[in-house]
Amino acid sequence: MLSKRIIPCLDVKDGRTVKGINFVDLRDAGDPVELAWNYSQQGADELVFLDITATHERRKTMVELVKSVARQINIPFTIGGGINEIADADALLNAGADKISINSAAVRNPALIDELAKAFGVQFVIVAVDTRRLGEQNLVHLNGGRIATEKDTFEWILEAERRGAGEILLTSMDHDGTKGGFDNVFLKKVNDAVHIPVIASGGAGSVQHFVDVFEKTNVDAALAASVFHYGEILIPDLKAILSRHQIEVRQIFN
Amino acid sequence: MADMKQNVTTDNTPPSGAGGLGIIRYGAGNIFSLTAALERLGIAYGMVHSEADFEQFDRFIIPGVGHAGAAMNKLTQSGLVNKIKTLQKPTLGICVGMQLLTAHSEEGDAEMLNIFPIQTKKFTDSAEYKVPHTGWNRVNQEIANPLFANIPNGSHFYFVHSYFIEFNPAYTLASTDYSTKFSASIWKDNFYAVQFHPEKSGKYGEQLLTNFSNI
Repeated sequence: MLSKRIIPCLDVKDGRTVKGINFVDLRDAGDPVELAWNYSQQGADELVFLDITATHERRKTMVELVKSVARQINIPFTIGGGINEIADADALLNAGADKISINSAAVRNPALIDELAKAFGVQFVIVAVDTRRLGEQNLVHLNGGRIATEKDTFEWILEAERRGAGEILLTSMDHDGTKGGFDNVFLKKVNDAVHIPVIASGGAGSVQHFVDVFEKTNVDAALAASVFHYGEILIPDLKAILSRHQIEVRQIFN
Repeated sequence: MADMKQNVTTDNTPPSGAGGLGIIRYGAGNIFSLTAALERLGIAYGMVHSEADFEQFDRFIIPGVGHAGAAMNKLTQSGLVNKIKTLQKPTLGICVGMQLLTAHSEEGDAEMLNIFPIQTKKFTDSAEYKVPHTGWNRVNQEIANPLFANIPNGSHFYFVHSYFIEFNPAYTLASTDYSTKFSASIWKDNFYAVQFHPEKSGKYGEQLLTNFSNI
């Protein structure tokens, strides 16, 4: 049986991780490669690096980081942030990234999904969607949830799948940062409607929240940042408890 | 952190190939992660671009990602097909590099190398079994073989693929279940292949690469 995946997400700025790193045994908490290696040793199934760099040098910095990660890390990883064209994706793929994640660029230019899927295969393309509830509707938001669009999130996800998204990373802005649990109702609606893997994001605060999201929505993976970075949830403990709930996970025995 | 290797070669220049592992290059797919894994493991490797290059190495890897039909076209254009078919040294196909070794792929309705007289087929897409089959799945060893030495039966490996190689007791070295039981690994004489990505499959993936380097 295919395992449910646990994915820590690292925010990277100018080649350094920027928030919430609280491991006691790290020499350099800002070094994304050291942090990534630590997570891979703990049993993380995959990693997402989100580039929040705003400078012109970003692509070069990111390519160097991706190469360093690929040299050291023996699990798959995804790069997101600032990918606007085929050339960006091509450079990251050649540097050893397994997947790229596109968000605002796909909303502004949906054909980018088709182009990337055609150039590299659907398995290479994650479409990240930030959503916020407004009344009865879930609407797509940009720039980390700050800018609202008029796009209906559910319809946009179906369109992204039709265009060639290989995976959906769905972040609920209403839940993100609350540590109150994932948006299981909307995640289930999305997961039931698409035939590509769905990664749940936003709201993880406890181990029970991970149990809930897998049991209630059957999503393929769950992503979180701060609960892992601050050591509030340790991945081996999380996986042991998921396993006790008959949720299939990959266990690491060192 | 103590175990994280530092100062890995940065320019990706292969060591001289004598006695090492030759990666068959035919224009299909990125191999950065594969060569990075070989460097971490201390396995000497080099590149095979032409028939003459084969003499330098004592074993080979056929990598591959993307479209199997397109990969077979590129392999044909490389002029290496006949040489590969007659190889006597240990040869490991990975992912699409595995599918190339079968008789035929439904991806592009393409004739393949036919080293294994079995078929590469498309997964049936469903809500329960999403396609591509993406993630970590259990690999069950059907036959004892040095390729899986020191790897516990049922260990998880990382898969990303929409097409699979049918299960066949004559050739299936290890199987995985995903809507159907398929070949996670096949073996015939000196030819080995794996559908998963050992270079992305944690320590057991690295163990498999080490095992192959010792076959």
